[in-house]
Amino acid sequence: MHDTKPHGDDAPPSTWKKRDAFAESGIPDGKGGSLVARAVTINRPVSEVFAYFRDFTNLPTFMENVERIDILDNKRSHWVVKAPAGKTVEWDAVVIEEASDRLIAWASEPGADVANSGQVEFRDAGARGTVVTATIAYDPPAGIVGKLIAKMFQREPAIQARRDLRRFKQLMETGEIATAAMNRKQHEEELA
Amino acid sequence: MRALAWHGKHDVRVDTVDDPEIVNPRDCIIKVTATAICGSDLHLYDGYIPTMQAGDILGHEFMGEVVEVGAKSTLKKGQKVVVPFTIACGSCYHCGKHQYSACDNGLPADNQDVAQELYGHPMAGLFGYSHMTGGYAGGQAEYVRVPFSDVGPIVIPDGVDDEKVLFLSDILPTGWMAAENAQIEPGDTVAVWGCGPVGLFAVQSAFLMGAERVIAIDHFPHRLELAKKFGAETINYEESAVYEALMVMTGGIGPDAVIDSVGLEAHGFFVDNVLDQIKASTFLGTDRAHSIRQAIIACRKGGRVSMPAVYGGFIDKFPLGALMEKGLTLKTGQTHVQHYMPALLNAIMEGKIDTTFLISHRMDLEDAPKGYDMFKNNQNEVTKVVLKPGFN
Ligand SMILES: NC(=O)c1ccc[n+]([C@@H]2O[C@H](COP(=O)([O-])OP(=O)(O)OC[C@H]3O[C@@H](n4cnc5c(N)ncnc54)[C@H](O)[C@@H]3O)[C@@H](O)[C@H]2O)c1
Ligand SMILES: [Zn+2]
Ligand SMILES: [Zn+2]
Repeated sequence: MHDTKPHGDDAPPSTWKKRDAFAESGIPDGKGGSLVARAVTINRPVSEVFAYFRDFTNLPTFMENVERIDILDNKRSHWVVKAPAGKTVEWDAVVIEEASDRLIAWASEPGADVANSGQVEFRDAGARGTVVTATIAYDPPAGIVGKLIAKMFQREPAIQARRDLRRFKQLMETGEIATAAMNRKQHEEELA
Repeated sequence: MRALAWHGKHDVRVDTVDDPEIVNPRDCIIKVTATAICGSDLHLYDGYIPTMQAGDILGHEFMGEVVEVGAKSTLKKGQKVVVPFTIACGSCYHCGKHQYSACDNGLPADNQDVAQELYGHPMAGLFGYSHMTGGYAGGQAEYVRVPFSDVGPIVIPDGVDDEKVLFLSDILPTGWMAAENAQIEPGDTVAVWGCGPVGLFAVQSAFLMGAERVIAIDHFPHRLELAKKFGAETINYEESAVYEALMVMTGGIGPDAVIDSVGLEAHGFFVDNVLDQIKASTFLGTDRAHSIRQAIIACRKGGRVSMPAVYGGFIDKFPLGALMEKGLTLKTGQTHVQHYMPALLNAIMEGKIDTTFLISHRMDLEDAPKGYDMFKNNQNEVTKVVLKPGFN
């Protein structure tokens, strides 16, 4: 899977201190130079976890910034993502690799507001459930657009990915997403 | 509703706030009938815990009547329940191992970052205990939203007095787990630092687990007196030198197990403690920690150290060498309350454990600020304050 030779250790490329690791990441058609990876173990069977994720219309339930995903066909989807000041950014994404219960890899199509690509790996972890590892590559944005995107991702994609994966885990394991909101009004404000 | 809110160091007030509602399917709402002020609340009161916000509702020891249930709650309206202070999902890996305070899913995703940075991992949610433990509104209020109500709260049989079972929410399981973590063997001598509620329950639990002798350490005569009632020998650290006393009392061996139930605000004017106070006030070190150092130094070779006391950050001059060279075992953690509640409820019902001895003051929720002040400033007499909405 990962070529660990240049390094001599078994750590995932996204954690390598030298950023030339990108070429080794195994992400097909990587966009941009930044790479983040997050792993979470979900105490549910891999088939269930994969199936929920593969139905992209489910993603907005735990991906905080994703407003809506329209399915265009089996491979292509249209993403509408929240941006500051009530605006949205949009792109079409295409599934470029898929293996049932193992892997989904995608890349944005040309013309995307934010070029991005990534893959989510699913691995059966026996009694512990399923290990889900998300690796995301994106164009490190600069200038005004950069600010917009930083805000959009709350601070940076690494944190956003971590939080989204935690929410995914909560939903799969407990059937709900934890909130400290005292009432429904507060809860709606949090989600807005 | 009325609720006790934190507004800053030594500033808590009873405010009128919005009533809680069901938000998630597994929630319930309870109408609080009794709630207590805890030693841990004093850490908030004294401004030692970061990520507090003005208006946060405090309280993590509470019980009451179920008044509303979400679609997936297994409780019924009208049931009387005691709520564990740890908010745990019951379905993650750690809950499966009954390590409830390590639950993966008790904290809202965004609140997990602080603990992830500070400790390497986020922990369970806690009621009324800062935003790094979830920012959940606490139980020193008329009503509380209780998440995961299908796995947390324990149903109390009809006709049982609130005061008998209230402490199942925290300090009784905490004292019990402290004794369990001391891995007591028959014939053991166990030393307990701190005769607050946690220490006093640890004393009782240690005897129930087969300790031959328990030596309780504090400086409040009344609290030491309570420990004595349960059969403990006592050391008043203001009157006597603790290490020397313990060594003589144990024939030069040292206690087989030591329990630190004091925590990050240890009192006393010991040299290392004074340094800690200076550092704490200048944010060089965050925790004052005399008791844990003394416990480790006094513990016999190959002995066990149990630390129910709360520490939040870093301490220095931690006797790591003594821990290693003497081959000690250290066990600690926020209590896995859900794990202990059923057996301890039985023990209470069978009269094996006395709980109500602890309560020194009962007050209306409206008087909670006075309760905090008394608990903080008159610890000798004030061993536990129970607040009851509508008491007056
Ligand atoms: N692990 C958990 O889940 C958990 C749960 C509840 C409470 N706690 C913690 O347990 C600790 C005790 O709680 P409590 O409600 O009994 O608090 P408390 O403040 O009522 O009692 C602490 C006692 O320690 C005594 N003390 C202070 N310095 C001492 C010293 N140097 N040597 C010996 N005794 C000393 C005090 O006089 C006091 O009686 C606190 O740190 C609290 O945060 C932990
Ligand atoms: Zn408590
Ligand atoms: Zn859990």
